[in-house]
Amino acid sequence: MARDSEGGGDAPQLQKEEGKERPKRQPRKRKKRESKTRSVSSNLLLPGPEAEQPTRRALANNRLQTTKYTALSFLPKNLFEQFHRLANVYFVFIALLNFMPAVNAFQPELALAPVVFILAVTSIKDLWEDYSRYRSDNEINHMECLVYCRNEKKYMTSYWKEIEVGDFVQLRCNEIVPADILLLSSSDPDGLCHIETANLDGETNLKQRQVVRRFLELDSEFDPLKFTSVIECEKPNNDLSRFRGYIVHKSGKRDGLYKENLLLRGCTVRNTEEVTGIVIYAGHETKALLNNSGPRYKRSKLERQMNIDVLWCVLILIVMCLFSAIGHGLWVWQYGEKKPVFDVPGFDGNYLSPVLAAVYLFLTMIIVFQVLIPISLYVSIEIVKVCQVFFIHQDKDLYDEETDSQLQCRALNITEDLGQMQYIFSDKTGTLTENKMVFRRCTVSGIEYSHDANAKRLAMYQEADSEEEETATKGETLSQRNSVSSHQSIKVVHRSLSTKSHRRTGSRVEAKRASILSKHTAFSSPMEKDITPDPNLLEKVNECARNLEVMRSHEQPLSQLTPEMSDIFDFFIALTICNTVVVTSPDQPRQKVRVRSELKSPVKTIEDFIRRFTPSRLTSGSNSSSSSSLTTSRSMSKLGSGIPSSTSTDSTLSKLEEKLAHSAQMNNNGYSSQQDRMVIGGRLEEKELRYEAESPDEAALVYAARAYNCALVGRLSDQVSVELPHLGRLTFELLHTLGFDSIRKRMSVVVRHPLTDEINVYTKGADSVIMDLLLPCSSGDPRGKHQKKIQSKTQNYLNLYAIDGLRTLCIAKRVLSKEEYASWLKSHLEAESSIENREELLFQSALRIETNLHLLGATGIEDRLQDGVPETIANLRKAGLQIWVLTGDKQETAINIAYACKLLDHDEEIITLNAESLETSAALLDQCLRYIESKFSNNTTDKAAENLMVGFEPLSPPASSVHFSLGLVIDGKTLAYALDKTLEDKFLSLARRCRSVLCCRSTPLQKSMVVKLVRDKLKAMTLAIGDGANDVSMIQVADVGVGISGPEGMQAVMASDFAVPRFRHLEKLLLVHGHWCYSRLANMVLYFFYKNAMFVALLFWYQFYCGFSGSSMIDQWYLIFFNLLFSSLPQLITGVLDQDVPADVLIGVPQLYKSGQNMEEYQPHMFWMNMIDALYQSLVCFFIPFFTYYDSEVDIFSWGTPITTVALFTIILHLAIETKTWTLLHWSSCIFSILLFFIVALIYNVSCPICYPPSNPYWTMEKLMGEPVFYLTCIISPVTALLPRFLYRTLQGTVFPTQLQLGRQLKGLPPGAHSQILNKWKFKKESILQKPPCIEHSLQAPQSNASDSFKACNQTLPLQPSQHGYDPAFPAYTRVEHTTGLSVTASPPGAELYGENKDSSGTNILEQSLGFHKTTHSASEMESIDVEETFPWNSAVNRSGFRLLNWITSTPLFSRFGRIFQLPPSHLQNEAQDTVSVLGSTSLYQDFKGLTGKNLNFQEQIKGTPTDCCTSETLESTFL
Amino acid sequence: MRSLGKGGRLGVLGHPAVRELVTFGGCQWLHGCGTGPFPARRRSSVPLVTGPSGGGPDSRAERRLRPLLSGPMAVNYTAKEEADGHPSGVGAAGGGSGGGAGKSRKPDNTAFKQQRLPAWQPILTAGTVLPAFFIIGLIFIPIGIGIFVTSNNIREYEIDYTGTDPSSPCNKCLNMSWNSTPPCTCTINFTLDHSFETNVFMYYGLSNFYQNHRRYVKSRDDSQLNGDNSSLLNPSKECEPYRTSEGKPIAPCGAIANSMFNDTLELFFVDNETRIPITLNKKGIAWWTDKNVKFRNPSGNTNNLTALFQGTTKPVNWPKPVYMLDSEPDNNGFINEDFIVWMRTAALPTFRKLYRLIERENNLQPTLQAGKYSLDITYNYPVHSFDGRKRMILSTISWMGGKNPFLGIAYITVGSICFFLGVVLLVIHHKYGNRNNSADIPN
Repeated sequence: MARDSEGGGDAPQLQKEEGKERPKRQPRKRKKRESKTRSVSSNLLLPGPEAEQPTRRALANNRLQTTKYTALSFLPKNLFEQFHRLANVYFVFIALLNFMPAVNAFQPELALAPVVFILAVTSIKDLWEDYSRYRSDNEINHMECLVYCRNEKKYMTSYWKEIEVGDFVQLRCNEIVPADILLLSSSDPDGLCHIETANLDGETNLKQRQVVRRFLELDSEFDPLKFTSVIECEKPNNDLSRFRGYIVHKSGKRDGLYKENLLLRGCTVRNTEEVTGIVIYAGHETKALLNNSGPRYKRSKLERQMNIDVLWCVLILIVMCLFSAIGHGLWVWQYGEKKPVFDVPGFDGNYLSPVLAAVYLFLTMIIVFQVLIPISLYVSIEIVKVCQVFFIHQDKDLYDEETDSQLQCRALNITEDLGQMQYIFSDKTGTLTENKMVFRRCTVSGIEYSHDANAKRLAMYQEADSEEEETATKGETLSQRNSVSSHQSIKVVHRSLSTKSHRRTGSRVEAKRASILSKHTAFSSPMEKDITPDPNLLEKVNECARNLEVMRSHEQPLSQLTPEMSDIFDFFIALTICNTVVVTSPDQPRQKVRVRSELKSPVKTIEDFIRRFTPSRLTSGSNSSSSSSLTTSRSMSKLGSGIPSSTSTDSTLSKLEEKLAHSAQMNNNGYSSQQDRMVIGGRLEEKELRYEAESPDEAALVYAARAYNCALVGRLSDQVSVELPHLGRLTFELLHTLGFDSIRKRMSVVVRHPLTDEINVYTKGADSVIMDLLLPCSSGDPRGKHQKKIQSKTQNYLNLYAIDGLRTLCIAKRVLSKEEYASWLKSHLEAESSIENREELLFQSALRIETNLHLLGATGIEDRLQDGVPETIANLRKAGLQIWVLTGDKQETAINIAYACKLLDHDEEIITLNAESLETSAALLDQCLRYIESKFSNNTTDKAAENLMVGFEPLSPPASSVHFSLGLVIDGKTLAYALDKTLEDKFLSLARRCRSVLCCRSTPLQKSMVVKLVRDKLKAMTLAIGDGANDVSMIQVADVGVGISGPEGMQAVMASDFAVPRFRHLEKLLLVHGHWCYSRLANMVLYFFYKNAMFVALLFWYQFYCGFSGSSMIDQWYLIFFNLLFSSLPQLITGVLDQDVPADVLIGVPQLYKSGQNMEEYQPHMFWMNMIDALYQSLVCFFIPFFTYYDSEVDIFSWGTPITTVALFTIILHLAIETKTWTLLHWSSCIFSILLFFIVALIYNVSCPICYPPSNPYWTMEKLMGEPVFYLTCIISPVTALLPRFLYRTLQGTVFPTQLQLGRQLKGLPPGAHSQILNKWKFKKESILQKPPCIEHSLQAPQSNASDSFKACNQTLPLQPSQHGYDPAFPAYTRVEHTTGLSVTASPPGAELYGENKDSSGTNILEQSLGFHKTTHSASEMESIDVEETFPWNSAVNRSGFRLLNWITSTPLFSRFGRIFQLPPSHLQNEAQDTVSVLGSTSLYQDFKGLTGKNLNFQEQIKGTPTDCCTSETLESTFL
Repeated sequence: MRSLGKGGRLGVLGHPAVRELVTFGGCQWLHGCGTGPFPARRRSSVPLVTGPSGGGPDSRAERRLRPLLSGPMAVNYTAKEEADGHPSGVGAAGGGSGGGAGKSRKPDNTAFKQQRLPAWQPILTAGTVLPAFFIIGLIFIPIGIGIFVTSNNIREYEIDYTGTDPSSPCNKCLNMSWNSTPPCTCTINFTLDHSFETNVFMYYGLSNFYQNHRRYVKSRDDSQLNGDNSSLLNPSKECEPYRTSEGKPIAPCGAIANSMFNDTLELFFVDNETRIPITLNKKGIAWWTDKNVKFRNPSGNTNNLTALFQGTTKPVNWPKPVYMLDSEPDNNGFINEDFIVWMRTAALPTFRKLYRLIERENNLQPTLQAGKYSLDITYNYPVHSFDGRKRMILSTISWMGGKNPFLGIAYITVGSICFFLGVVLLVIHHKYGNRNNSADIPN
């Protein structure tokens, strides 16, 4: 029995109202819709009066009905829906107009035909869709599950559709949850139920759900008959991640219900034998179904443009009708009273007055000319789009074999938008990168372990091609690696060939199979799992473990371990246990049970023991919700009693101590018993354990720890087992898990250390937050100083990691004293048990414990770039797309990934915007703009040259003119200011001048705001691509949203219009399919307008010769079916299959994509050009027959038929001219159309001698076809009509061919010639631009040349210190210029910026110094000196600088770099200068100007700048 | 699924052999269904919960059974994929449209699906279209010349007998109305300079007569004209207001019939003041199908037309009822050929209609020898009120109909233009063609 009740959504309200609500329920039934809660009670209760209430009906049962119509309602409802479309209304209006005798132009019945046809087609489509929905509904409705039956007193099988709210459902392992079910009982001893939510969000890891608290405590098996509680919960809503409510027991007690208690429909029960629950939401009220909002309908840009032209058509129509009406009025008027015999009076025998006649005629003409509004256009477009979608789906290049997924078009009607994109907004993680986290390196206790072997291993995966054969022979042990390398090799080979078409081969399939066989879990390919440990660290770990063992066996206190050793030990413990990774082994779920029986028992005794001694049961807080929220809702309260609210801190404390003491003893016991089981453990280890992690980072860390023999072997709700070398298995009692959230950016576990018995908090999180939470260490005390040093070292390494593009995590630890723990525990338990704002309280509680941390170390995880990302980005950029990356990652990581994927080029100047307030952001933006302006003023000449050029002219003026390129990096905070109303214009004008924009640390909301800003302000077409839930808002806002069906779940895909398996697929999707769809549709739409206009104009000309009477010489059947039957097929075929440029050329010459961006295929003027052409063609098609048959005995329809024929020929031949690719289908469709016309005409003209008034075309066609003049007319008219267009196309193709035409000509060339021409184009373009050859050229340039040019640059530079427009062709050398030229004093006005620009323009050295610089900023003034001392300048430069510059290391220039390194003060000085100058304080700048070049005391400056910065809100603007 | 569950319970019991079996199954399926990325993606792309997509549940059930039933894992896997293969997009749009047959979702590598059908990709450049222009020119010009010559060989003589010119003999009849009695007659003399050798067609031509007016064209009842008896007495509404007259249905009804041309033209050869009447054949001027199929007199058991048209009345403007149009029974009533010809409404306001045939009687004499002729006109048809013109035309015809030089000229013109353009393109090709020489290689 269940009901929806009224009341507030909040629990307290619920409680208050619940009492009085009950009696009121019935009379207030009507208001049920407004109620906000639902109460559910068992259906098994004796059927009281309430049970029969109709209210029950109000709750949806589990029957799924997604069909829109029933047999009865189909027709009216469908028609009603169809008439929502304006076009349909218009056509019906016209058809109805025909029923007015005074104005009718056609047979009214006939005029209805096309409308009916179109409506019928749509209806049939709807009906078919509805039927398939019905069938799938039926299928789902008839799935079976076990429902408790009162009569039988047991679970009976019943269909899903029979389940009702309040039923008890029993689910077995691997069954699909049929409705939203509150979990009441589980076969799992801990009351857990594992579910897989892949159906809902695509996440493949197992999630845990918990039995409602009180039911966990039941000793006996759960008996539905005894369930008398009432459940109060929210009304059905679509929030998958929230469920709130409470359960009221008969005793009046209540328990909160949370998301963890609810099994959602569509999930699958895993690893759990049996669960039982009560249905809360059923059928359409389940969260899953409420979330299911079918496909989306967007209107594409092309369609918007088309609609404008449709309006123009309407206008033309009205003008034509008006013209005719006036003409007719005049015509009638000229005869005055002398009515001619051919002017037929009205039905009553009276003649109409000229004015009235004109009015009637106006309406008549609307009917006659209705074809001008393309009735079939909308239908045709839909058909074409469906076919286009089909072909996109079928493209095997967009298929990813690895994941067996292909592209999905979720939005059917914006395919052509893909061809017009201007901006791409991309997420980074999972989109550009694999989101496959690979442990790369780590630093522990301030010492870096570079993991070179690991790096080599990773490199091997990348370049495994040559080794393929070797590895193949290495036998079975390497099978996994082999499989990977083999498929990698295929990839590499193909990349080198740069052909995308035959990427996938059979061996890839083999690889896939092999990888399946090798039992991969989610997120873990062998690459991620097989980590080669760093020998040093491994040694240390082993030593540490040995020491520990020795200590323990000698009962020595563990604190004797050196700090470093203990840090290492803790570091790995933290890596292993500070996560929510679930350990499974392939033979689940038995494994779990077995481990439990072995391991759990000793601990259990301890717990039991403790419990016996601690009645207040402090351990009740120790639990292990492995869910990602803070909730640690699982309580240990099997023995009763919940919240120790009454216990005072003191007593808690004492009991805690007591407990801990006991457990310490027991722990040792536990340990020894475990050691005995080492053998078993060893055996276990051989069986591969699988780690199921919620995020790939976690898995990576656990695998990394395992490489150091620190393996996570078991995780239960209250304990974590770790297998260590020498020590064997250690079992940590897991007291709390404070899950990760994006606000705290960290997660923690609270455990009791089995060796030391201390309560430890292990925290893992983003370095930015962890570093702030560290225990402040006094500098006086040596240990503190050491700690400080470690921290700063770690920070340095973190920066280095970030520069390498690694994801960094800090690991920290805190040892809690018992007092601290007790006091915290108390508040935490309160937070946990509170019903209202529980999340908030838990958050606060977590914040309290995660302070004063002791830094252990940091890890660097590599998120590898996806295949082909740099190439794709390069190509997309060549295609004129601007790519912005919006990421939540930290700035350094983001920048380096951006470099890695060629988003930023090293020759690019990068503007970094980091500001702390609105004002500073404003100032910063202004400054950057001014700077750019000054640059542009130098480039005006070049710009003029560009404008003259016809070739690959860049689209939006400055942004993509690649003469000098800028990159913009902005962080989340600054972005927030920049998106402010007052600044957004400035931000945009800055951003659009940059070649690439990188937004770091941005929130999902900011992402969508950026997209919206660009979309609305720049009126640009935007595409957002992302893979995670945080990209959803951005995806939804963009014109086209693309989701990547990656491991991060399906939210992005669900929100997207297109889902691709990989980022690289974007290339073909946009460049080929987008272009094709756009060009096809654009051409089709234009053709449609032309066709209709041309046809209607024929009728219009005739009006001049029939007294504007609305007569038509074309038989009305032809008139009405012309569009529908005779001329529709070829255009559809062309619209679906035409290829203006072949796919390989489109990929090879991405510049061709610009035609779509510039709307070249369908520009506003083209509509008018087509109209004029239509006018001309119709004149020809009208007047050639006119003069041919002038003053002959021809009758009206014998004359109209040749005109129809001529028009058909012309229209089809016109299409033929516009068709670029002729396949068999094109030929046959054209021939078919013409044949169809003749066949239909011939049949029609013999079918009935007296029918089809008024034309009554009996034998007309037959007679015409016996006359030579007919053929002669049919030949000359189309030729004459099409001559201008043909000539125009020819001349255009010859004299000023468009890019597309050139591209088309490339087809069929041998590959060599192909690339030659491409190069030629490039050269042409560049020479016209008066630009030096592009970067690639210079990279390939001989070194001697390079050094020459360097010299040249070096010579010229000092002479022209204020020239900013360096040639980007010399990236490396300019860099050197900048560094060497630092001493050059720049002259105003742009001088300060110049200086900044100088050192930024490229050098990574300064990037490093920036990173360093930032630390000094954050650290106190005094510390900066310290840091400076410890900072290893040269080594740092060598480490990362080397990588970036390695290609010039062989040149003599390298020695110069060496020299530069010896001048660090000048760099820093310059840095300081930047920082200050940005503040706008010119005087200060002057000072520094004076100082420049001299050997000033560096430390003074460093001291000075941070203070300045601090006072002025720590503004930092660095041009990287 | 049920079986697996059972197996699971057995496993709890702990029989080692059973356990082994079950774990094997369980493992597989954990693999297949649990954590492998494949099923997740597949299912989520077509979520089970979305009603429309369907397909999910049953294939899942199959999958559940399969690991237990069949052999190696990889095989299972592909089999499962097959069962589950389900294209999304279109399906997601609304319909679980199937079609993902095959091992995986991998699209078929067919030329059609990959849009690689063999194709001809013409490139319109001066070089490539040059021949077309020349060919068109070379074909059109001879055709045009042929047509032109043919047209010029047609003899045609035309007399305007409207009588607007005061000097015209018919001027007196200018203001005649429809049914003036006695009929006004006039005679026009003319001279043929050249003889007409072949059969001569005698036309009457009307100008400024909008027989193509929309309401005029409609104003007829084809059923009635086809001899349908019910329509005869109850003509179509389209005939309004010429449907009934004085309470009787009009036969033939409608404005077209009502305004039928009713001048009578007689031609005489004037040989030394003697007028030799020329035989004017009034049969064979209508389309054969019209005369024999479309137009029929009402059927009945009598051959007496008067009786058959009983109950109908004549059109308002007609002097005589329809059954008195001609004396010959096979040219009377609705099948009167003059009537049929008139009923075929002209396309343009200036038109001619075949009136009589003058057949060549023997091979020795021309049909109409050069000389003086006179045309006797019974002037009944008023056209002056709407500035109409009436003409009498004598014409021979060729294979392409009457005299009309237009088509020939058009062909010659267009052919010449094409030829000229061909030359222009040749020049352009030489000038610009080299620029894209490399690009032109393939073609």
